[in-house]
Amino acid sequence: MSRIRRCLPALLLYGALAAGVALTLSPLLWMLAASLMPIGEANSYPPRLWPSTVTFEHYAALFTRLDLGRYLLNSALLASAVTAIALFVNSMAGYAFAKFRFQGRDRLFRGLLVAMVIPAQVAMLPLFLLLKQFGLINTYWGVIVPGMASIFGIFLIRQYLLAIPDSLLDAARMDGAGEFRIYWSLVLPLCRPILVTLAIFTFLGAWNDFMWPLIVLTDSSMYTLPVALANLLGEHVQDTELMMAGSVLTVLPVMLLFVALQKYYIAGIMLGGMKG
Amino acid sequence: MTGRERHAALSAGIFLAPALLPIAVFFFLPVLAALLLSFTDFDIYALGDLNRLRFVGFANYLQLLQSPLFWTALGNTFYFVLVGGPLSVAISLGAALLVNSRLTRFPSLFRTAFFLPVVTTLVAVAVVWRYLYHPRYGLLNYGLSWLGIEPIDWLGDPDWAMPAIILMAVWKNFGFNMIIFIAGLQNIPPQLYEAARIDGASAWRQFRHITLPLLGPTFLFVALMTMIGYFQMFAEPYVMTQGGPANRTLSVVLLMYEEGFRWWNMGYASAAAFVLFVLILAGTVLQLKLRGGERS
Repeated sequence: MSRIRRCLPALLLYGALAAGVALTLSPLLWMLAASLMPIGEANSYPPRLWPSTVTFEHYAALFTRLDLGRYLLNSALLASAVTAIALFVNSMAGYAFAKFRFQGRDRLFRGLLVAMVIPAQVAMLPLFLLLKQFGLINTYWGVIVPGMASIFGIFLIRQYLLAIPDSLLDAARMDGAGEFRIYWSLVLPLCRPILVTLAIFTFLGAWNDFMWPLIVLTDSSMYTLPVALANLLGEHVQDTELMMAGSVLTVLPVMLLFVALQKYYIAGIMLGGMKG
Repeated sequence: MTGRERHAALSAGIFLAPALLPIAVFFFLPVLAALLLSFTDFDIYALGDLNRLRFVGFANYLQLLQSPLFWTALGNTFYFVLVGGPLSVAISLGAALLVNSRLTRFPSLFRTAFFLPVVTTLVAVAVVWRYLYHPRYGLLNYGLSWLGIEPIDWLGDPDWAMPAIILMAVWKNFGFNMIIFIAGLQNIPPQLYEAARIDGASAWRQFRHITLPLLGPTFLFVALMTMIGYFQMFAEPYVMTQGGPANRTLSVVLLMYEEGFRWWNMGYASAAAFVLFVLILAGTVLQLKLRGGERS
């Protein structure tokens, strides 16, 4: 009796955890299972949890008939470009906010932080008109340009660099190194962990972004995966297995990236959450 | 300014410009322009010829206030924020407590599992959930039938569509808040719990008198971020319901998108966007005030 009482909390805990994990993962597992089912099998009653025979025909159809390789490439290209530019410009600005002394620095930084409550959608209508003036609608640059610098990115780098002593940089300055040299060969290597964090955040954000690419990219050959997927749903809503294969291909790259680098990702959320 | 100071200001400018210039041109400038745009009748004719543009004062805002569709979208958005937001925060806290418990072995494994939906693409998982919600073949109704619950037409029934979207959204984002709560929980000194245990305080009393008060700042941050995010709902209804049935899942951002980018009523859509901004700002200030009052 007393033994049961002692074990009861642990039993309840693991019961709750197991139920939570099952509920969290079952939509993703079903997505994967349904993507491998023969045509029509995902629409049967009672619902099947596992394919009767595994088939890759939907994946093949996506790449051969529906041009998914193109969208995969578009997404990879855009997310990589945004990430590369974001790392460069945000780290420079974050460094300046952390280590340079200039008038109005803290006020400027606080102003930027406060502006984070402005929802991005407010800017979208004039941004569209602006990019139209520049001839950037329906181009890759139209997607890249608004996402390349971010207040959150500057914030992350600044917080990280504040913890690094000035004496390190002063020593380099004494040796006569120029500001850009110090940034490039001293600050950037020091920032490596937080740069990885920023890279994942930016890449995932750009890969998963939907509304802005939907607005800017009008030609279907330019679509990113999420936009293409939403578009595909319009014509193939009945083809459950095909849609699931498309969803797997959209989700899988970012999930793998996260699983590989989750230490950095979680650290970034903690840094943002604690200091914010 | 001495030469040294001028040099410092100059190099600061050079380092800041690559990030701050794009932010100014592609964010702050458009936000200001949106405010101006909301006082004009910018429409598809003005898109072709700017001379057609007229200043109309508060006409767009008045039109919004008189539009039943806008009030519907506003009501739906508040439904999503006020029901989905607290639900998401509560489930995040529950998951954080479970994962962070002393008894839990391999917490990082559970943490990763709960976090996985956060990194997925919203559009893709919204597609998946559309099928999970299928009234006949969907997994959810099948699971509920085991409990003796009659099939529900989740996305087709006007009363169930919003709860269905909320369920999906909470599933998608609770892991994010959970991480922040775990960080907050780990910042609470363990000695406090030890002292409470020695005094014979129950688990509930420990939670009520140690965990909750010390989690205050984390709570505020999580509540704010969740509220701001939930006010911007767009892809969920766009993919799952197109705002239906009977406009019961039409959100303010979806309305703005349709008016602005489908019908090119950009003045009117800008006004809708600004109303959303003001609501988010008011919600933020309100929460900060409430929490500030609690502390003092």
